[in-house]
Amino acid sequence: MPDGTMPVQKISRQSAGKANDPYPGRRVTIDPVTRLEGHGKIEVFLDDAGEVDRAYFQVPELRGFEKFVQGRPVEEMPQITSRICGVCPTAHHMAATKALDAVYHVTPPETAKKIREIVYSAFMVEDHSLHFYYLGGPDFVLGPDAPAAQRNILGVIEAVGIENAKKVISMRRRLRNLITLVGGKPVHPVFGLPGGVAKRFTVEMQSQFQAVAEDAVAFATFTLDLFDDIVLNNRAYLDLITGDDYSHRTFCMGMVDDANRVNFYDGQIRVVTPEGKEWKKFKANDYASVIAEHVEPWSYAKFCYLKPLGWKGFTDGDDTSIYSVAPLARLNAADGMATPLAQKEYERFFAKLGGKPVHHTLANHWARLIELLYAAERMRELAADSQLLEPEYRTLPTATPTEGVGVVEAPRGTLIHHYQTDEHGLVQRANLIVATQNNAARIAMSVDKAAKGLIHRGEVPAGVLNKIEMAFRAYDPCNACATHALPGSMPLVLTVRNRQGQLLASLTRNSDGHILKCIQ
Amino acid sequence: MTREKPKIAFYWCASCGGCEEAVVDVAEQILDVVAAADIVFWPVALDFKRSDVEQMPDGSILATFLNGAIRTSEQEEMAGLLRRKSKYLVAFGSCSHLGGIPGLANFFTRESILQAVYFDAPTTENPDRVMPGLPLNDRHGELTLPYFSDRVRSLDQVVEVDYYVPGCPPQPKIVTRAVLTLLGEHPPTKGSVLAPDEALCTECPRKDSKPDKIALKAFRRPQEIQIDETQCLLAQGLLCLGPATRAGCEARCVEGNMPCTGCCGAPGRVREQGAKALSAIASLIDSQDESEIDQILATIPDPAGTFYRYSLPASLIHNKRGV
Repeated sequence: MPDGTMPVQKISRQSAGKANDPYPGRRVTIDPVTRLEGHGKIEVFLDDAGEVDRAYFQVPELRGFEKFVQGRPVEEMPQITSRICGVCPTAHHMAATKALDAVYHVTPPETAKKIREIVYSAFMVEDHSLHFYYLGGPDFVLGPDAPAAQRNILGVIEAVGIENAKKVISMRRRLRNLITLVGGKPVHPVFGLPGGVAKRFTVEMQSQFQAVAEDAVAFATFTLDLFDDIVLNNRAYLDLITGDDYSHRTFCMGMVDDANRVNFYDGQIRVVTPEGKEWKKFKANDYASVIAEHVEPWSYAKFCYLKPLGWKGFTDGDDTSIYSVAPLARLNAADGMATPLAQKEYERFFAKLGGKPVHHTLANHWARLIELLYAAERMRELAADSQLLEPEYRTLPTATPTEGVGVVEAPRGTLIHHYQTDEHGLVQRANLIVATQNNAARIAMSVDKAAKGLIHRGEVPAGVLNKIEMAFRAYDPCNACATHALPGSMPLVLTVRNRQGQLLASLTRNSDGHILKCIQ
Repeated sequence: MTREKPKIAFYWCASCGGCEEAVVDVAEQILDVVAAADIVFWPVALDFKRSDVEQMPDGSILATFLNGAIRTSEQEEMAGLLRRKSKYLVAFGSCSHLGGIPGLANFFTRESILQAVYFDAPTTENPDRVMPGLPLNDRHGELTLPYFSDRVRSLDQVVEVDYYVPGCPPQPKIVTRAVLTLLGEHPPTKGSVLAPDEALCTECPRKDSKPDKIALKAFRRPQEIQIDETQCLLAQGLLCLGPATRAGCEARCVEGNMPCTGCCGAPGRVREQGAKALSAIASLIDSQDESEIDQILATIPDPAGTFYRYSLPASLIHNKRGV
């Protein structure tokens, strides 16, 4: 860490994008890196020739939820574990609630399942929209080479027009209001109980869900059209998406229904090989025989891999044991979508990108929008279902609590909660396999590959950071989740060192996308 | 004549991101306020760095809203810096105010947490017993991780705090009111919690159903009963912490038909929320017989984790233990 005695030079993305080295010959010291706990951190080591030896993607924080939930009443887990992440609290809440069903050996009534799923669908629409418009989308809507100062939500607003921007903002607010109706509040809701939900679904709620769902389908279609216009009709973007720099051949994992179609709320977990063939399909209970976590000394996040294959290191291709989750992996792991409009998009997706499976990381952005459409359609289907209103929205558990696993597809991938209790329902042991953690090994590979492709002869071109960022931004990673740590969004630090560990350069990106570049 | 706009800042330490969402949720409502103030530091949204803050004159920020608990030395330094630069330092949200749910980690030692996560987790395969965060001795020895410290602290255990905005996360009305209050002419008394100084029961939509005297032979867990959607939850035997919790959220969890878990902390006259909650709950026990009282208390499965759900780091019992 520098001593801060030299002047700090701050540059915007705009100037960072103009030239390879905007401050030739000047010494610029690092602004002492703020909020390091919240940063994703990339360390690049160069060999003597100035080529990348290896790039590390580090997650530098831990909170220890698995430990401090010990001794807590298990029914509190949906509320306690939602505090892992304030961005996707509903995902943790739901995985925990399903784990409670299993712990108490109770099957919720159909009405309860539908209430849970309609709230979950509203949440997925909201979260996927947030990613496209605020986080990942700006790279495409404005272009990876657009002036950095514009490559953010404000730039998107300008590009799509204020009326359309209002649609985005109002859709977010209305979806969050729906979650509030059922769950009390959108951040850290309270509706999940073993065997059902805490309160009845009313006619008034139903009419509000119906109105928003109808608009959500239109909103998703509008967003896909926008993606078509801006990205798919642009040869350069398409080449970027399908380029080798951003591709990895790994296994893919996702939850599917009985017909092997994508499902966020319930089903079995399916894993397909890098060639797209079914390798395993398993129930939540069996997760520990399929998934294992590897520990590296340089990150607080653990790295998931396929247990029967063993840990084979950060390697893709034929000899990999690494798998991927989240939108692209879910589409690869399934045979289709359960709603008609999303199914059409699903077919078009694979036709356009050369057939299944697709291994281009950046295709996650398109896959995410197809899921957005599915979630909106599913919400509309459920909102029309009169069973939501039936009075049997809970089954009181009668069995002695023991052990259970709950799984959902979180926006960022498969999310597994596993609890063991004593006979009084106090947690004795908890294990959490969290969405981003499933992707951690593949993200680490993507960052390494991007760095190797972009840094040569010791030179760090100014545009390198965004290109590396794009490698992991497509995953919509959440390091709060990955380490059960914090926070939800992800500022970034990139440092480049020579073989002796001496600092050559450092780039910092705040979560709004601004860069601070420092050259030692 | 133009008057210089007041400066405000937002910062986060050990938090989940929910407080940032809470700020965004009220953004539309407080646009006018934001137009009347300059946001000079907000790492989640704006490109101002620590060095920018360091260069500001001491006391030049009117109010800094800091969320998240304190677990690392870096967070402590930032708290100190923002304290110096701000006229008002505001602890925003339960973690900053009281330690919050991650503060439950203070029931356990640092070592036992690391052991659980990296050695004992059922899916973790760690034959070489690799522990993240230890210095690396290979050629990549510069690769380090921040130290995972021994305990979680609330903001006022690290620096002086002027005001508190309670809640997990703070509800929109509380946030709007707090910002307006601090930008207004008459700042409240130092040390105030910027929410109504009364128990949640006073604004609970079910307050009319609360009996004058509640007498319980057993406490109930939410999975044990069909929860009536109109009746006082305490009267149904649920551990609702409304009587020991500050008002202001408009009983959001009760609106969800679940008991209050105490995220807004205690009303002002109460020093120790957990003790107050315990005594409020104990006063409902319908028995004079000691062994029967013990039996009834035994129906509360996790008293410490329930009554101190959000306030363990800030509590007296915790600090007395010196953990």
